[in-house]
Amino acid sequence: MTDSAAPARPAPTRLDARRLRADFPILGTTNRFGKPLVYLDSAATSLKPQAVIDAVNAYNAEYSSNIHRGIYEIAERATSAYEGARASVARLINAPEAAEVVFVKNATEAINLVANTWGRRNIGRGDSIVLTEMEHHANLVPWQLLVQEKDGDLEFVPITDDGRLRLEVYEALLHLRPKLVAFTHVSNMLGTINPVRELTEMAHKAGALVLIDGAQAVPHLPVDVQAIGADFYVFSGHKMLAPTGSGALWARRELLEAMPPFMAGGDMIREVHLRRSEWNEIPWKFEAGTPDISAQIGLGAAAEYLMALGMDSIQVHEHEMASYAMETLRREIPSIEIYGPAAELRGGVVAFNLPGIHPHDVAQILDRSGICVRAGHHCTMPLHERFDLAATARASFNVYTLPEEIDALAAGLREVVRIFER
Amino acid sequence: MDDLYRDYILEHYRRPHNFGILETPTASYEGSNPRCGDPITMMLAISDAVVREPAFTRRGCAISQASASLLTDEIKGKTVEEVEKITPDDLLDLIGVEISPARLKCALLSLDTVAHALAEEAVESQGDKSST
Repeated sequence: MTDSAAPARPAPTRLDARRLRADFPILGTTNRFGKPLVYLDSAATSLKPQAVIDAVNAYNAEYSSNIHRGIYEIAERATSAYEGARASVARLINAPEAAEVVFVKNATEAINLVANTWGRRNIGRGDSIVLTEMEHHANLVPWQLLVQEKDGDLEFVPITDDGRLRLEVYEALLHLRPKLVAFTHVSNMLGTINPVRELTEMAHKAGALVLIDGAQAVPHLPVDVQAIGADFYVFSGHKMLAPTGSGALWARRELLEAMPPFMAGGDMIREVHLRRSEWNEIPWKFEAGTPDISAQIGLGAAAEYLMALGMDSIQVHEHEMASYAMETLRREIPSIEIYGPAAELRGGVVAFNLPGIHPHDVAQILDRSGICVRAGHHCTMPLHERFDLAATARASFNVYTLPEEIDALAAGLREVVRIFER
Repeated sequence: MDDLYRDYILEHYRRPHNFGILETPTASYEGSNPRCGDPITMMLAISDAVVREPAFTRRGCAISQASASLLTDEIKGKTVEEVEKITPDDLLDLIGVEISPARLKCALLSLDTVAHALAEEAVESQGDKSST
């Protein structure tokens, strides 16, 4: 893959998943039947380590105050923690400067921000935007609204039966000279890791800007926005060990500076008069009103936690879990259907079905054993239609996932089959 | 042993009652479960304000399928007025297993769809009366 062709890194140290589980208090809990938590739904939202919980609690317990305003000790501490979190996030994705990191509540808000500011200003009648068939609804519906308003067009890169983008069709679509190409870095259903650097280069050659949905990438593999060459890169905090309500949009300075504000109000202004105002500098121009201060401070703590573990080590661990899961599930439940590409091309996501059994029933029975999996369309209805599926069950992994948990999943699925076959 | 997936629930899932299509329903409605998008179509043949023949087609989980099977058995031969009085709690009693909050939509979609079918039928027969 193009993305791993970057400067050679030393072999990553092994992640000690067993030891780091002690950092996650929720992993010590049990369900109503006394079964320990087997959390295999990290693609929906991740668990939170003590370092993140402590960072959030410290703000609320020790220096709860508003940012960018107060001239007193705890307010200065809050501002410095909030801006420190921005610097940590910038380091995690190798942004050239922290000012290019805009705090938002999640990836969805980040995409809506770009669609409503850059999009409304730059997409006009007959302009096209290229998306892919594997997008999460968050990277689809905002663009539908935009082209409906502007009378533009959406084009879609189709995927192969094993869940990879069809690059030859992508290349053909680029001949339409789209204004924007937007795609996911890692598919939340198929687990496919897309060749983002190559896709970005191709788009740029065709004169398009590139937005990448990194919600399933930033928590799981090294992301370097400069090496990728993207124009916009978005992600949610809650999938990367941070609290819900935290997230970020990264974009190149000149794009952010040219974009009009998204939400208007306090903190995003430099001067306000009764009939006109002047906007604040980036990134604050896009952060109207009091933000979710403690959540973003938690996001900074999560970024530090991930960097301390090492993103390379995390990627290796989660890839091993995905390989182990595919191998184990296929061996233990021969009738299982697993969707998506070979293990080499995927992150820690495995979507599957048991023939004749609805995934809701699968998830419900697994729940009795304390096993949490997602069942449904995972906010990718067009992708499920592509495979003529109503729904799938999905197991997804994170730094704290152990092989024993995948064994527990396999045993749980055997029980599901037993119940439905009796 | 699993409380939810009792034998009779699975039996209704494997061999649902009243499953199929009515050629000329007097009322029908296509509902869908907002949580998963699973569709259900309820068809009713009503005459003299009595549900003579209920039928449904759907794709869905064991809970939703068993619910539609049990509900259509229940309303067959009942007057429209009686059917309209069936509450979600009545249907849950009929299903007879404990339904967790996350699965209530699955369990109650059949009743919701019957209610919509009856409401549309009422509007249409009103329209018929005023036009004649």
